[in-house]
Amino acid sequence: MERNNNLHRQVASLRQSLFDQIVGFNWFESLAWVQGYVDEQFIELEELQDDATPNFVEEVVTLFYNDSARFIHNIDQSLEEHPLDFAKLDNYMHQFKGSSSSIGAKKVKIECTQFMVYCRAGNVEG
Amino acid sequence: MEMAQELHVLAVDDSHVDRKVIERLLKISCCKVTAVESGTRALQYLGLDGEKSSMGIDGLKVNLILTDYSMPGMTGYELLKKIKESSVLSKIPVVIMSSEKILPRIDRCLEEGAEEFLLKPVKLSDVKRLRDFILRGEGDDNKETEKNIKQVCSRKRKFLDDSTTQSMLSAVVTVHDIESSSPESSASSESQQPLSKQSKIG
Repeated sequence: MERNNNLHRQVASLRQSLFDQIVGFNWFESLAWVQGYVDEQFIELEELQDDATPNFVEEVVTLFYNDSARFIHNIDQSLEEHPLDFAKLDNYMHQFKGSSSSIGAKKVKIECTQFMVYCRAGNVEG
Repeated sequence: MEMAQELHVLAVDDSHVDRKVIERLLKISCCKVTAVESGTRALQYLGLDGEKSSMGIDGLKVNLILTDYSMPGMTGYELLKKIKESSVLSKIPVVIMSSEKILPRIDRCLEEGAEEFLLKPVKLSDVKRLRDFILRGEGDDNKETEKNIKQVCSRKRKFLDDSTTQSMLSAVVTVHDIESSSPESSASSESQQPLSKQSKIG
């Protein structure tokens, strides 16, 4: 299935970007910023953390990873279906993108957007 | 009628991450928060299935409903409609949030009675603006409460700054206490320049 190859490749790319994102979040902030791992939204979240809530950012990041694992799992499963349910794939990716946007996970967000482009192109071809 | 000390906001969003962030934004803005994961849960909380009040099941009056648009089951738009159709709940302001800026969608929500449409990711400035708007809307007799809430909020912030200043000063005075001074606390005011901040994430 030629047109599905893009989608499979993109999921692999997305998975990689998620691993990279883990690394990026643990870098010193200025480096993560310069390397394009985080955007303004992550800075906003950091500013919401204070002495009363010293683990806020860590907690949000943890929620994000749990959600991410679930999204990737769902997408993997959906990619095994024949024919592909593009609406479902698009929906999962939309949620994943929203999650990454809320946390400022810039690289993951970019990969999600790309997946949705392939998805919509695939839908047209289909 | 007695006005609660803080605004009580009902936040509705199916995303764990967004619920957590919104909750924090609201708490920092001195609001009480009840966060639920769906429109159905929101209606249950509001007692729309039977109760004749705008109290949440824990008896707290809800001053604002902040809901995501795209949710499985019941969308934020459908929730908005149900609230506006209810004689009991229609007075509660409803604000819709969405990651997509789709103009017909925005128009439809505003036409149905939404106070505002916020683009995600929601920022602290958005929440503060909402809070001020709701406080004004709660009536003139509550101007005193509005002033009190703002004073309490700013008082909390000042206290934090003073204690941070204190720890910085004592770090300077006791030269051999370099270990105990935290780089994070001294960067609290440098929020506009991420490149100069050296705090480690996590």
